[in-house]
Amino acid sequence: MQILDRRLNPSGRSLPNRQRFLRRAKSLVQEAVRDASAKRDIRSADEGGEVSIPLHGIREPSFHHGGGGTRDHVLPGNKEYREGDEIQRPPSGGGGGGSEGSPDGGGEDAFRFVLSREEFLSLFLDDLELPDLAKRRLVEGSDPAWHRAGYSVAGTPSNLSLARTMRNSLSRRIALKRPKPEAVAALEAEIAALEGQPGTEDKIAALKAELEIQLRRSQRIPWIDPIDVRYRRFEPVPRPVARAVMFCLMDVSGSMTEEMKDLAKRFYTLLYIFLQRRYKHVEIVFIRHTHEASEVDEETFFHSRETGGTLVSTALEEMRKVVADRYPPSDWNIYAAQASDGDNAAGDSQRTARLLIDEILPACQYYAYIEVGRDGEHGMPGFPRGPTDLWRTYEQLVSAGAPMAMKKVRNRREIFPVFRELFAKRGLLEEAKA
Amino acid sequence: MNAPVSTAQLLYEGADWDFNTLMRIHDACEVVAVRDLGLDYYTNRIEIISAEQMLDAYASTGLPLFYRHWSFGKQFAQHEALYRKGLRGLAYEIVINSDPCLSYVMEENTATLQALVIAHAAFGHNHFFKNNRLFKEWTDAKGILDYLEFAKGYIADCEDRYGEIAVERVLDSAHALMNYGVHRHHRRAIDLRSEELRERERRAHDEQMYNVLWSTLPERSAGASAVANDVEKRRAMLQLPHENILYFLEKSAPRLAPWQREVLRIVRNVAQYFHPQRQTKMMNEGCATYVHHRILNTLHAEGQITDGALLEALHSHSSVIMQPDFDDPRYSGINPYALGFAMMEDIERICREPTEEDREWFPDFAGCGDPMPVLRHGWAEFRDESFILQFLSPHLMRKFKLFHLQDDVAQPVLRVDAMHDERGYRRLRRALAKQYDPAWTDPDIQVVDVDLSGDRRLVLEHRVAAGRLLEEQEARQVLRHLASLWSYDVLLREIDPQTGASLREHAVSPPR
Repeated sequence: MQILDRRLNPSGRSLPNRQRFLRRAKSLVQEAVRDASAKRDIRSADEGGEVSIPLHGIREPSFHHGGGGTRDHVLPGNKEYREGDEIQRPPSGGGGGGSEGSPDGGGEDAFRFVLSREEFLSLFLDDLELPDLAKRRLVEGSDPAWHRAGYSVAGTPSNLSLARTMRNSLSRRIALKRPKPEAVAALEAEIAALEGQPGTEDKIAALKAELEIQLRRSQRIPWIDPIDVRYRRFEPVPRPVARAVMFCLMDVSGSMTEEMKDLAKRFYTLLYIFLQRRYKHVEIVFIRHTHEASEVDEETFFHSRETGGTLVSTALEEMRKVVADRYPPSDWNIYAAQASDGDNAAGDSQRTARLLIDEILPACQYYAYIEVGRDGEHGMPGFPRGPTDLWRTYEQLVSAGAPMAMKKVRNRREIFPVFRELFAKRGLLEEAKA
Repeated sequence: MNAPVSTAQLLYEGADWDFNTLMRIHDACEVVAVRDLGLDYYTNRIEIISAEQMLDAYASTGLPLFYRHWSFGKQFAQHEALYRKGLRGLAYEIVINSDPCLSYVMEENTATLQALVIAHAAFGHNHFFKNNRLFKEWTDAKGILDYLEFAKGYIADCEDRYGEIAVERVLDSAHALMNYGVHRHHRRAIDLRSEELRERERRAHDEQMYNVLWSTLPERSAGASAVANDVEKRRAMLQLPHENILYFLEKSAPRLAPWQREVLRIVRNVAQYFHPQRQTKMMNEGCATYVHHRILNTLHAEGQITDGALLEALHSHSSVIMQPDFDDPRYSGINPYALGFAMMEDIERICREPTEEDREWFPDFAGCGDPMPVLRHGWAEFRDESFILQFLSPHLMRKFKLFHLQDDVAQPVLRVDAMHDERGYRRLRRALAKQYDPAWTDPDIQVVDVDLSGDRRLVLEHRVAAGRLLEEQEARQVLRHLASLWSYDVLLREIDPQTGASLREHAVSPPR
């Protein structure tokens, strides 16, 4: 009888099976994840959760009886039936509630299970990619990687290099002429053979002296000496770390309603999650603007109200300053997302376009413009609404080949699709176009 | 309840336990098991696991180590979702038919539950595994853990060599046919250790004998040997008809690679290992439940556990053996614990205080006084089906108020064929026993012919019993798996065993 405590065994024994399952059902699960994420709140967008996938895709078939033929049920709990009674067939589920009455009839047609946050995100962001290569940079204080760097005479026992140690020991033993055990044994055998034979006393004495020397030598010269011991040496090598900064630019003038801000916030959150998965270190800068711009904290950014006109160029100017001050483009991967209802002062378009082309876009990895509007605002009968000022400005830039993306969002539902579209893998996008 | 006991004798107090407590409980149970019940069991090994590990164990059909496959991941996900929602609790224990016998017990269990579990699994199930004829003949308790280790390593090795997808394809197909991967009739105790050795040796031999010169020999011209196209001779050569489809594929499928054959063999051996469990579920649980009931009551009578502990144990016990009536929404078939335990208790009653009826039905042992020899004999020599045929008493049929319902789909109504009365007992008992007979519940499908010299089509037959045809869609899916292993066309004929007339045919070609 033995009692073993297995609780400390590594957990997650079935993880490889789970990964195989997710791979197997990938397309189904991905679809389910998209559906689920479209419905759920952005704040919980990066949580795991229950998804359900159609069962037919992951069924394991086996031979069993279908309907038809004669079946027998032996059931407990008879109350009023007598032999020969006839009972109306229950409308569904086979006979008399028997468990094996209808293997084909019952059963759920959906398979529900829980995905972890990691799994959820990786499935959700699976076919998305960051535009442009990430810049890597050595940063102070990041944890170094350890590389092998020869051998040393000191170290921890776990790093003991047995092969090197034994090689040293062997060469030392040869150099110092430590007798091999076989040589000693051969001497002893020779002595034993001569022992008792007449006229060999001298020889025996000589051999014994020789043996004496050999034995003493093998005692003096150790098999392994501390000077033989070598350890594998490791050297710290600083690891390049990719860092990213995300600029959130938003128009907070009176024309932006809470609803619109909420839409923008959802987009920023998604972008943040996405960046966090790709970079070890992500910083966020919030810049809000009316007719003047300032860097603020998140709370102020989303919730405090401002009044004033709308000058988009001020925000870009502020961003340029911040970049110049703290985020040199050579060290940082810079992402910017701008949200606005599309208003801009009439004379500002020129300046905005110039700033973008000359200063902002060259420094950025990616620049996305999200135009938010109220649901149902567009296409209202009698009030045809053309593209906004800002949209027109940016459209000209894009058609001239500027590396930026722009999208309109009118409803929460559109946030996920728009986000996916902006970051779809280029290959996929081109395939889709072709 | 009876004489007041001094606390010094108590095995434990309260709900907490540690290893010493478990040790004391085990030893106390052992005394009762040997002295009062005369049990004979493998050495015990009790392992304590957490809830997550219990879920892990569920997912791999209760085995401590198993090869990797997506279907286990699916099961895990399903159990986990139900468990997290609180829709389903976890079992208190899992026990493995191995020598030494492994019992997994949950860390959350109270001391009383641990006592219950140890008595139930480490003595009840353990005795059954060691003594039941089916387990003795069909499983190798000593070798199973090593074999599983080998299987896991072998499949992982194959995944490295041939890719996860290729291995998964073979496993999927093999799993679909798993129920048809058991020998039902031949008797050969399998020795898993030599099984593993054999595979190692064969591979080593192949590697040693490999000589590149052989590949330079000119191929023998086709048709040189005249093939005897004699059906009888061919069937005899291939040992047809064959009920073990996986075995047949492993030996005769023309285009499988050696590793694929070995994978089929692994799945087949695992299926064979579980085959006795399917046939003895009710008895096995009945035996274990009876044993824990006796042991805990004895411990209480001897003052080794408190009244409170006994009540807690009885509470668990009675919820385990609950049998809802057929019209109860909770009803989901006859509870194997309930019927099993009731039969064991009934045998005890017949031995101790038989009625006239019992003397008439069970003249061999009614009133013999000591139930243990009768029970031990029953546990050793029977399976569910034969055990019911032999031991189910009229008393019990009345107690369960059993009745037999005949359901002919062609008829508009169900007919009550037999009930718990003088005229119905024997018919009722036969009908119940039949439900525990895999030969009746599983479709009878065999490989009957294959045209090796022609188009290599594999022909199977389903001998349709009581007009129950196969569920068509799934049958086709399974056949597709079968065809992909066989690599050529497959035909399944559903025939009427009386007339030999074909009722339905399914033909499937292998995926290209």
